[in-house]
Amino acid sequence: MVLFKDIEIGGAIPPLTKPAISHLQLALYAGAGADHNPIHVDEAAAKAGGLPGIIAHGMLPLGFLGQLLTQWVPQKQVRTLSARFVAMAFPGDVITCSGKIVAKREQAGEKLVELEIAAQNQKGENLQLGKATVALP
Amino acid sequence: MIDKSIIGKEYPPFTVELEKRWVRSFAEAIGDTNPVYFDESAAAAAGYRSLPAPPTFPFAMIMDRNQSFMILDELGIDKRRAMHAEQSFAYHADLCAGDVITGLQKVIDVYDKKNGALEFLVTETRLQNQRGEHVCDLRTTVVVRN
Repeated sequence: MVLFKDIEIGGAIPPLTKPAISHLQLALYAGAGADHNPIHVDEAAAKAGGLPGIIAHGMLPLGFLGQLLTQWVPQKQVRTLSARFVAMAFPGDVITCSGKIVAKREQAGEKLVELEIAAQNQKGENLQLGKATVALP
Repeated sequence: MIDKSIIGKEYPPFTVELEKRWVRSFAEAIGDTNPVYFDESAAAAAGYRSLPAPPTFPFAMIMDRNQSFMILDELGIDKRRAMHAEQSFAYHADLCAGDVITGLQKVIDVYDKKNGALEFLVTETRLQNQRGEHVCDLRTTVVVRN
C-alpha cells in the first residue's frame, strides 16, 4: 500500500510501457470511446485531412496515463487527471507513461499528492504532458 | 472567428446509461487488464457496487452523446480542422456500470493565438448520477486551425 508519509517530493512512481499501438486497438477505441472520426481508422481519410497517415485518438494515451495512476494506487484514490496533447501518436508507437511527485498537501481532511505525468513515444518525444492528484492514506 | 458571445452558453442536459459491456470493451481498448473492469467479484472486493468505469471513460460518454461535435457543427467548424488539445477530469464519486448519468455542458472560454490562426474553445461538462450525486467534471479544450 502506498502511504502519504512515505512519499518524497521529486520521487517517481512506477512507469508503464504499453504494447505498440495497433490498428486493431484504434478500431476498438473508436467503438468503445465513441469517437468515429475516420482519421483514426482510414488511411485515405487521414491523408485527405492533411495528416501523414492514421493517427491515434488523443484520448488513447490519456487512457494509458489513467492506467499509470490506477496501477499505482486504487482508482478510488484518484482525484484529478489532466493532460495537454502536445504531439500525435501513430500506429506502431510504443508509449511509456511516467509520473513524479511535485507536491504534498492536506485539504478538507484528505492527504493529497500532486504529480506531473507524461506520455512519451519510443523516440522519447513528449506526446502528452499532464497533472494528477491522488489521495493517500 | 468564433463569436465570443457563445461563452457562458449552456446546452440541454443529456443522459447516458453505463452498460457493463461498455466498461469491459473500453478497458479492453485501452489494454488495461485490471480485473475490477471485467469481473464483478473483483469490483466488489475493491468496494464498488458494479464494474467501475476507468478514469478517462467519462469522455467516451460525452462522445457517445455527440457533445463535442455538436458545438462544432453549430459553429459551422469543419471537424477536420479541429483537434482535441487538452482534457481534464475531476472525480467526485464512483462511476459504475448500471449508472444512468445526466450531463450538462457549457462553454467556458473562447480565445485565439497567432492572430487568429489558432482558436481555442473550452467547455465544461458536469456529470451527475441517478441518485443526484455529482460524479465528475470534465474540461475539454478543442483547437481549430484556421
